[in-house]
Amino acid sequence: MKSLAELNAIKQRVQENSNNRKNASDNDIKVVIGMATCGIAAGARPVLNAFIDEVAKRKLQNVIVSQTGCIGMCKYEPIVEVFVPGQPKVTYVKVEPTMVPRIITDHIVNNNVVAEYTIK
Amino acid sequence: MKEISLNILDVATNSVTADATTVDITVDYEFATDDLSVIIADDGRGMSEDFVKSVTDPFTTTRTTRKVGLGIPLFKDSAELTGGSLEIISKLGVGTTIKAVYKISSIDRMPMGDLADTVTALIGLKESLRFILQYKVDGREFRFDTDEIRAQLDGIPLSNYEVLAFIKEYIEGGINNTNGGLDIL
Ligand SMILES: Nc1ncnc2c1ncn2[C@@H]1O[C@H](COP(=O)(O)OP(=O)(O)OP(=O)(O)O)[C@@H](O)[C@H]1O
Ligand SMILES: [Mg+2]
Repeated sequence: MKSLAELNAIKQRVQENSNNRKNASDNDIKVVIGMATCGIAAGARPVLNAFIDEVAKRKLQNVIVSQTGCIGMCKYEPIVEVFVPGQPKVTYVKVEPTMVPRIITDHIVNNNVVAEYTIK
Repeated sequence: MKEISLNILDVATNSVTADATTVDITVDYEFATDDLSVIIADDGRGMSEDFVKSVTDPFTTTRTTRKVGLGIPLFKDSAELTGGSLEIISKLGVGTTIKAVYKISSIDRMPMGDLADTVTALIGLKESLRFILQYKVDGREFRFDTDEIRAQLDGIPLSNYEVLAFIKEYIEGGINNTNGGLDIL
């Protein structure tokens, strides 16, 4: 079982990293997942957690994963919106956890929108 | 919903929307009485008596993006299908407590699913809130409280991915311990 004392090591690591990072938050890429009832029922939680896992695995310091309520297009859920600073918002629809690594690699790391996952 | 933990995520999301500062989730298995109680308590804006009476009807919602509210009706159905019940206690300006009781052995009962994922999702929803999870099995108990995590972190956000990964493992470990080696669904 994990002990809360392990948080101390995490704290030190994060503090060292953030000292090396300038202009945090302004240049951050945001990934927002719709998590109202319709989104949750359609499978938004595993998608959210796939993003969290993938960001952790690749140690992407500049990506913030968060969630919002109903985006208002229930039949397209789970819906993921990606905000890259200075670029138009991209909306991915009917997202499944298996699609997440590609969105991260192509779009978030290499800045190529995965067109086939967006609304047709 | 395929898992009770998804109903919990959904109903706790209502608490966040209602501007709660603390959301307290209790999951309590009592095998002697075959009862699984799931309680979500918040200190959000609360609801009037009349509103509470209508809130299990899907056409009651204050949301604006869609005309039906599904969260509470789905939660209620999932409990009642097993022979259990759902109760809502709410007071304007004070808060809301929603308690569902499931019959553990009913074949219509959904499995609990991943409670740790539900907590990490809630933290993602609103970092600044205090989330408490109390997980009980026949009197054994595990308690998780975001305030205890925060106290160790010196201002580092809980939504930091390393912190979230820690929280997920920490909760999974606590639940496994409380289950005492049994596979409790
Ligand atoms: N904890 C709470 N505190 C205050 N008001 C609440 C709370 N839970 C529910 N409500 C009120 O009850 C309404 C119905 O909730 P319900 O979860 O059934 O549907 P919804 O949240 O409106 O939509 P959906 O859950 O389908 O996305 C909400 O719109 C809100 O006004
Ligand atoms: Mg709701």
